[in-house]
Amino acid sequence: MSEPMVLARITATPAAREAIRLLRAARGGPVMFVQSGGCCAGSTPMCFPVGEFLIGDIDVLLGDIDGCPFYIDKRLDQAWHQEQFLLDVASGEPEDFSLPAGDNLHFVTRSPACASASAPDVNVLSATPDRNTP
Amino acid sequence: MKYVPPGLPGSIVSVEPRYENFIGGKWLAPTHGKYRVDLAPATAGPITEVADSTPEDVELALDAAHAAKDAWGEASATERAKVLNAIADAIEKNQDMLAVAESWENGKPVRETLAADIPLVVDHFRYFAAAARAEEGRSTEIEKDLVAYHYREPLGVVGQIIPFNFPLLMAAWKLAPALAAGNCAVIKPASPTPWSILKLMETIEDVLPQGVINVVTGPGAEIGKALAANPRIAKVSFTGETVTGRLIMQYAAQNLIPSTVELGGKSPNIFFNDVMAHDDEFLDKAIEGLVLYAFNKGEVCTCPSRALIQADIYDEFMARCLARIASIRQGNPLDTDTQLGPQVSAQQIEKIASYVDIGRNEGAEVLIGGQRASVAGAEFADGYYYQPTVLKGDNKMRVFQEEIFGPVLAVTTFTDDADALAIANDTLYGLGAGVWTRDGTRAYKMGRGIKAGRVWTNCYHQYPAGASFGGYKISGIGRENHLMMLDHYSQTKNLLVSYSTKPLGLF
Repeated sequence: MSEPMVLARITATPAAREAIRLLRAARGGPVMFVQSGGCCAGSTPMCFPVGEFLIGDIDVLLGDIDGCPFYIDKRLDQAWHQEQFLLDVASGEPEDFSLPAGDNLHFVTRSPACASASAPDVNVLSATPDRNTP
Repeated sequence: MKYVPPGLPGSIVSVEPRYENFIGGKWLAPTHGKYRVDLAPATAGPITEVADSTPEDVELALDAAHAAKDAWGEASATERAKVLNAIADAIEKNQDMLAVAESWENGKPVRETLAADIPLVVDHFRYFAAAARAEEGRSTEIEKDLVAYHYREPLGVVGQIIPFNFPLLMAAWKLAPALAAGNCAVIKPASPTPWSILKLMETIEDVLPQGVINVVTGPGAEIGKALAANPRIAKVSFTGETVTGRLIMQYAAQNLIPSTVELGGKSPNIFFNDVMAHDDEFLDKAIEGLVLYAFNKGEVCTCPSRALIQADIYDEFMARCLARIASIRQGNPLDTDTQLGPQVSAQQIEKIASYVDIGRNEGAEVLIGGQRASVAGAEFADGYYYQPTVLKGDNKMRVFQEEIFGPVLAVTTFTDDADALAIANDTLYGLGAGVWTRDGTRAYKMGRGIKAGRVWTNCYHQYPAGASFGGYKISGIGRENHLMMLDHYSQTKNLLVSYSTKPLGLF
């Protein structure tokens, strides 16, 4: 592969990867994640069937987890100035239109520095250095 | 006074073991026969079961709304206003019952639902009843014998998706203008709070024409798209987070229908040094104005969650505020003495705890609180309680940039007016703001300078009908709580009429 290999900015805990595996199996295809902000369930990642949410030029691809892409609005990304994101699951049902991460579970993003979870599986994304282009 | 929890002997709120969808004036079981448990956040115990609906149920609700829309759309403003006023009267008659139901389901202190939520719901229907009556078309004599008449016409059937933080008031904010403008509605309450709106429907079902309001409960992932992307709705409105907001607008674009979205904020609450010029009632009001970040447990889109305090009064002003915060009574939401109840859900309290950790890691100083709270009473041991918390830091920190939706205040200082304005506007959001000063000129200039849809000036968290509410920047599109909502829920019909008999002479 001629393109430079850059480390994805999103990694996932084993629990999140297992939730994704089950979702993929149940739905027969990959899902996508879009980091949200604002009211109510803001700050949690929304999980949709892949392609459900229309990605625009304003969105940044942080990487993918087992074939499931993870995006964040560029403006949110700049305001958060957080280099690494860790996808995890937590108790409670998701809100708004997000798919659940299993029975009574929802996806969350954490800052790996804060996470007490076990070490995530790092995965590598092939991408151009311009990470703003999905 | 302590109210008895709904469903227990002696409670003013009766609870059925199970609630169906309210469709076409009837209580219809969900097509697939599935139900979900509705929890009380104070105890994490069940209240009842509600329909776990599927897209088929949304279609049934749309069938009912479409069956009702012609008669309702053609009803005179007088008749529509009569129904809205009857809804208001029925709710008012059941005010305490609904206040207790909403408090128990959401966790908000009953003192708030008794004093604010339910009276505002009642007033909201009356306001839009009046607005509908006072509504007039316009006509213009474009030239002699050529007249443009403008009429408002209903859109038809609208889809509405509301949040959990004010289960009944947010329903009223969306339903009252939609109905006043002659539309029928299909509304989906938030997953954590599906039941109190069904109690509200019980109180108004006898005065409501069948099919004008239809309520479908269930998870957004299952029925949200079925409603928002449905080609049978003429408009969609939503309150929630930004990504689902974008998804709603995407669906609306695909169907070429209008949408209005309210997506939250990170509202600055600015305290100038002159608030401390006197130790008087106004200073007391300003201190309360800061502590209002804990109103409704901080689960408010306009939560004043960034306090900006002029540096030269910071120490003294903050000390007085912290003393007030330390005295907040946290506990049973149904106790009228309780000021801070539990967060609405496990998800919310998890998020709050995670944000406070992020704040600590970024170097914010915890001035008070900072962890889950335990409150008196064994029955509340599993409740979703969080201590009222204050983090001191810098506006660039994430806890200053993102809506935490909990009783967590981020506080910082500013030097002068220009600095205050710069910090206030250094946010992606623009929903609310507060300005506290004894100087009217300064208040005016700050109010006009802040990029937000609502600037409370020497007050905060008042939501009277007649004061428009909505966002600048990514806080959303559209306004609520004002008669201009009739625009959002109407088509404009123009009749261009010639009273001249002369041909144009072109052909």
